[in-house]
Amino acid sequence: MATQAENWFSRSRTVARPGYSRWMVPPAALCVHLCIGQAYAYSVFNLPMTKLIGITDSAPDDWKLTELGWIFSIAIFFLGVASAVFGRWVEEGGPRKAMFTAACCWAGGFLISAAGIAIHNLWLIYLGYGVLGGIALGIGYISPVSTLIKWFPDRPGMATGMAIMGFGGGAFIASPLSVWLMKQFTTETHIGVMETFIILGVVYFVFMVVGSIIVRVPPDDWKPEGYVAPKANKLISSNNVYVYDALKTPQFWLIWVVLCVNTTAGIGVLGQASAMSQEMFPGQITPIAAAGLVGLMSLFNMGGRFAWATTSDYLGRRNTYFVFMVLGFILYCLVPYMGSIGSVAGFALCFCIIISMYGGGFSTVPAYLRDMFGVRYVGAIHGLLLTAWSAAGIFGPVLVNYIREYNVTHNVPKADAYNTTMYIMAGLFVIGLVCNFFVKAVNERYHMKSDGRAMAAATA
Amino acid sequence: MQSHDSQTTKAQLVMAWGFVGIPLLWGVSQTLLNALQLFK
Repeated sequence: MATQAENWFSRSRTVARPGYSRWMVPPAALCVHLCIGQAYAYSVFNLPMTKLIGITDSAPDDWKLTELGWIFSIAIFFLGVASAVFGRWVEEGGPRKAMFTAACCWAGGFLISAAGIAIHNLWLIYLGYGVLGGIALGIGYISPVSTLIKWFPDRPGMATGMAIMGFGGGAFIASPLSVWLMKQFTTETHIGVMETFIILGVVYFVFMVVGSIIVRVPPDDWKPEGYVAPKANKLISSNNVYVYDALKTPQFWLIWVVLCVNTTAGIGVLGQASAMSQEMFPGQITPIAAAGLVGLMSLFNMGGRFAWATTSDYLGRRNTYFVFMVLGFILYCLVPYMGSIGSVAGFALCFCIIISMYGGGFSTVPAYLRDMFGVRYVGAIHGLLLTAWSAAGIFGPVLVNYIREYNVTHNVPKADAYNTTMYIMAGLFVIGLVCNFFVKAVNERYHMKSDGRAMAAATA
Repeated sequence: MQSHDSQTTKAQLVMAWGFVGIPLLWGVSQTLLNALQLFK
């Protein structure tokens, strides 16, 4: 028997009535993405959490940085798992149910982690922020995507770009806010991480619930006023592909590789930008200036999410990825040259553009999937594609760190230790370019029939 | 009548965008101030 609460969460209750403005949907999506974007700022807790017992210095019973590093890794792993596993449920259950679930998991993750700090049990934090928080990241990340695409068929790139920009921007709020909160609750005998977790959990819950309240899905036959569907185009399909049939198409895996390449290239330098810039420009870039560079790159990461996705509405999705791949190749080849001539400005410019394309890759891909597989299961297919992110999270840092380490131990000067990695990254973009070239229209045997089931040929 | 009841007003739009926009602008301004260290 359906209860009133179940009704409130149901997809049918979120169908917009006439007069509802579609411009209410991006803020609803941002309510979720700005909160879960906190994940990018999680590192601000690392150092304070190594001194919870010792307060001024780490005591023997305090947690080590290597142990704490697993919290973020577990969260990102469960992001990929949750978006892949729950994608279809998110799509069929509607955005309100998904956003509310994400709010409960995200806030619950913080509260369980706070309990973990109170009793000094790291496993509770792995479970709280890592597992539960990771599930919230996965569900929250994909929940507004298809809703936005349905509301903005005329500008799907811009619409999803706005939401995914919020994921990049969430760290800008979380980082200074967390530092400020910890300062308020820190005394001579106590570090205020637990209280900060509790407050963040409550605040994020309120924000995300507001998003779930104001979000609406358009009626089935709704179109923006004056909207004319684009002319027949091989790379923009008006047919839908069932979520699991998308996995059988080469297009899904080609786009998977393209996203993985773009993310590997970006994530590798994003995590190491501070150390890399100081080692490539010894004496020219101080630790404070390096922190400034990281901040600047984060701004380009966020701005690129909106700018590139919006551009893709005019340029086309495949062409936008061509630009990423060609420009990425050129810029990565230029980085060692910038190092050799000591051009800090040139180096910073190269990396800022690369990072803008890293963000742009994330925000453009939902619209790319919509063009290929239709709008019906785009959220679920997007969830499956995010496994490329998880893979890149391993490849990127490994490429940068291990090759640098190898070079340094083989007497390569530190300033030149990253050159090999830069050329390998440039090579990856060539692979991405080739894969992107082979993305063509999906074979019609994979298209869904009107009764919502894939053609027998596709599922056979 | 239904249409009138559910009409989104400008005030609702301003509130919704302000709800997410103000914290975001604050965060961006903080990050921008930190980024300026690169040019000092």
